[in-house]
Amino acid sequence: MASSILIVIIVTSLATYLSRFLGVVSAEKIKETSKMFRWFNCLAYSTLAALIARIVIFPSGALSEVDYMIRFIVVILSIAIFYLTKKNLVYPTLFSAIMLSFLITYL
Amino acid sequence: MIDKKYFFKGFKSIKGVGSPAIALGASFIAIGALLKNLGFSIQESVFSTFLTYALPGSLVMAESMLIGASLINIFIAVWLVNARLYPMTVALMPLLIHENQPRWKYYLSCHFIAVSSWLIMKDNYENIEKENRIDFWIGIGIATWSVAIFSTFIGYIVSDFLNKDLLIGLAIVNPIYFICMMLGAMKTIQISLSIVLGTILGPAFYFLSPEWCILFGGFTAGTIAFLFGEINGK
Repeated sequence: MASSILIVIIVTSLATYLSRFLGVVSAEKIKETSKMFRWFNCLAYSTLAALIARIVIFPSGALSEVDYMIRFIVVILSIAIFYLTKKNLVYPTLFSAIMLSFLITYL
Repeated sequence: MIDKKYFFKGFKSIKGVGSPAIALGASFIAIGALLKNLGFSIQESVFSTFLTYALPGSLVMAESMLIGASLINIFIAVWLVNARLYPMTVALMPLLIHENQPRWKYYLSCHFIAVSSWLIMKDNYENIEKENRIDFWIGIGIATWSVAIFSTFIGYIVSDFLNKDLLIGLAIVNPIYFICMMLGAMKTIQISLSIVLGTILGPAFYFLSPEWCILFGGFTAGTIAFLFGEINGK
């Protein structure tokens, strides 16, 4: 089993590096002022947004055991803290974990 | 070779009010614990984060191993979930490429492209002259990557103390960090629309295909936002 874990790790890393590598190859031909660049910029942000929305709305791991209303409340409160603390990222991230633990214990 | 001044400027991105360290730490501690439960040795767990450094990819690897998927299937599943790194790289590297810099820096440092490092770089590149951006980026990359590797190690060691409630707490931190970073990035109509539409269409496409929803939803949302922005002058 030991060697097969190593092979799985290498296969996983190659599958991941492939997209990064091809990205650099393509990027060499794309100017930052071009339409192509703006399109890929949109695609990058929209794909990230889709990924994050999926993680929160259809989680696969530990989060899937939390009721969706609780997830929703934690997200809204964390966003509120983010703006109240003038876009500090440490407070909302810390409070999200504390709020979630509190809500799943007492609700 | 690498300008230390800009490297350390980038490296310091893990400190301060915008720090990704808590979010990265939380998620890779969870990965460390997950890999231990999967039967990985501590070296294998740390090596996995060292080589892959992309959270969804490591999760898919773990899930695939649990169901005993073949190597080909693992490759395809990981490639699919990490394919978002392609548009992310194309949307980042043209900002960093400079004729005075050697090519190897770009092909090596693209390994550091992950959601948090990418968002930090996108947020800060305008403050750095173009020639120095790649060294600044390598600083951000090494810093965030180190946090991830170290956290995997910690997660592996403390896994016995992590009960279900703690793991749930760890799991929310990273999405919250990303949501806040994305809200902070909404500075133009094109980007704002990309984010809003991606948030709606990603989950909407889930009902058609859970595997493809991120790529299909992201592609549709980004293309609509791009066209809308071009027609309406960004």
